[in-house]
Amino acid sequence: MNSVLSIKNLEVGFDTPRGLLQAVRGVDVEMPAGSSMGIVGESGSGKTVMCRAAMGLLRGSNVRRSGSVVFDGDEIGALDSADVRQYFGTGMAMIFQDPMTALNPVRRIGSQLAESLVIRLGMDKKAARTRAAELLALVRIPDPEATLRKFPGQLSGGMRQRVVIATAIACKPKLLFADEPTTALDVTVQAQILELLSDLRRDLDMSMMLVTHDLGVVANHTDYVTVLYAGLVVEQAPTKKLFTSMKMPYTEALLKSIPRLDQPSGGRMPMIGGRLPDPTNPEPGCPFAPRCPYVQDKCRSEVPPLTTAADGHVYRCFFPIGGNG
Amino acid sequence: MRAKSTNIVEVLKRLVQLLLVVIGATFLLSLLLRLLPVGLKELYVTGLFEEDRQRQIKELGLDRNAFSYYIHWLWDFVRGDFGPIVLPGGGGESVASHVGRALPKTLQLVFYTQIFALAVAIPLGIFSAYRAGRRTDRFVSYGLFTAASIPNFVLGLLLALIIGVKLEWLPPLGYVPISESFVDHVRSMILPVLALGIPLIASYTRLLRTDVIATLREDFVTMAVAKGLSDRRILFTHVLRPSSVTLLTSAALNMGALIGGSLVIERVFSIPGLGTEIGLAIFGRQYFALQAYVALVAIGYVIFNSVIDVFVGLIDPRTRERRNA
Repeated sequence: MNSVLSIKNLEVGFDTPRGLLQAVRGVDVEMPAGSSMGIVGESGSGKTVMCRAAMGLLRGSNVRRSGSVVFDGDEIGALDSADVRQYFGTGMAMIFQDPMTALNPVRRIGSQLAESLVIRLGMDKKAARTRAAELLALVRIPDPEATLRKFPGQLSGGMRQRVVIATAIACKPKLLFADEPTTALDVTVQAQILELLSDLRRDLDMSMMLVTHDLGVVANHTDYVTVLYAGLVVEQAPTKKLFTSMKMPYTEALLKSIPRLDQPSGGRMPMIGGRLPDPTNPEPGCPFAPRCPYVQDKCRSEVPPLTTAADGHVYRCFFPIGGNG
Repeated sequence: MRAKSTNIVEVLKRLVQLLLVVIGATFLLSLLLRLLPVGLKELYVTGLFEEDRQRQIKELGLDRNAFSYYIHWLWDFVRGDFGPIVLPGGGGESVASHVGRALPKTLQLVFYTQIFALAVAIPLGIFSAYRAGRRTDRFVSYGLFTAASIPNFVLGLLLALIIGVKLEWLPPLGYVPISESFVDHVRSMILPVLALGIPLIASYTRLLRTDVIATLREDFVTMAVAKGLSDRRILFTHVLRPSSVTLLTSAALNMGALIGGSLVIERVFSIPGLGTEIGLAIFGRQYFALQAYVALVAIGYVIFNSVIDVFVGLIDPRTRERRNA
């Protein structure tokens, strides 16, 4: 299988005054070219750190990273920040969670957008400006010419996220990391942005890694799903298979905690009790054991290994829903 | 259309502010003249004959009450008549001619010092923020801290002694106008500019370093990295501008301190500038001259601060929005 991104045993930790904080604890992800992969998990499960580490954006003297990241056939996991830069924009690009802070407030939209085109693609300034207007039209911003001259502060959140998307796709990347691209937006705008991303992915033949905590988004916009919990992969499957034969109690709990319109209102919102384990001091056993409704003695003493079923469905549980296999 | 009219209002506001500051400063000073323990008449009016004495009192305006005296002084000042340097027996040189000779030298000194201090502090501040916590950053911080703790006149004397007298690289004192020789002018200004500027560099670097470190944590910087831009480009085109507001404001506020500092440094290096004139006026009890000098310094201070305010608005659109809100 031709992979656009292949992550093997990725570990990321941060030195803190309280000791090493293990944010990602050995993650394997395989993304076929042209596919879209959803990364799901609650806040603090390591989704964002994993994405940033995979792209090589985590820098700083307190970052401890190991493992292999192969992008489009090239091993980039061990490259330093200056060498990995050649893949940015043209190979990999990222959309950030909060469009309010992702654009430079003191520079006009046009110069921020054209900058990538001039520096990464070597276009001249005039051509870059024309192309920048085309990109704004591509992300369905009305009146692109006027928008080029505006400052980020003059645009709404949804419009800003469109500008961020336009900047990310400016150099036609092969792989787009979308780190909770709709979390900071209004519900009505969320749907539009996700539609836009799916359309762009199809038109530009891009792969996309979509980070979210919303399984509903995953169901509609991805081909594969990886569920992260406490920095570990706990379930991995094609999206359709995941929703028809869920193996992990954690994934089931996530799905149950989505509020539904077809259920009577007034009842308690189902939620997952307890919280994530302390990342600086993990306890033995399955990290989900303290919160799992099906927990047994074995779960509290041993970390379950990743199991691959005959149909390729990967899960990390001694007692999966629906039994082994 | 609307933007233009707000600009005009802004300029008018500034002018009113300028007038109020100048009138306030000079009126207070002219009241203080009346409160001196030595009466102005005893100080300036000499002569054996009553006629002579009356003529001098009239010439100096000492027959008027404080308010009427001030109005006359203001009217003269606006027309460029800054009063006399009073000599025993009446008459004397005009302050305006002294200002004409001294002011350009002080303006040159202050202007060169600001340019020098900013030109060194901006790269240094950015660099030590970029390397924050590492050895080079600590080295820069300690070095500047040491430099800043030496008073500027001691620094001036040391520089004059070592570079001027012992090594004979530069003239230890004296001033050469540009019209005479450009090279000698520059050579004569280097030591005084160093003496005034080195303590400034220390504070400017610290201010900029703090703001750059804060800006480097912003999402838009990570986004700029993800676009594939080089670190140098990110620092100078994305980080410097949003980080420089505090620095510029402090540079404007420093104008007063710089003129005060130049009073001492001009004496150390024998530069016949405004600082020297102010010193002579203080020790020679030339209160009319002093009143004119203080008015000029106040005007310069307000004008410079207004220019910096407008400039800050240009480089950071957020401050404009805040002001208009």
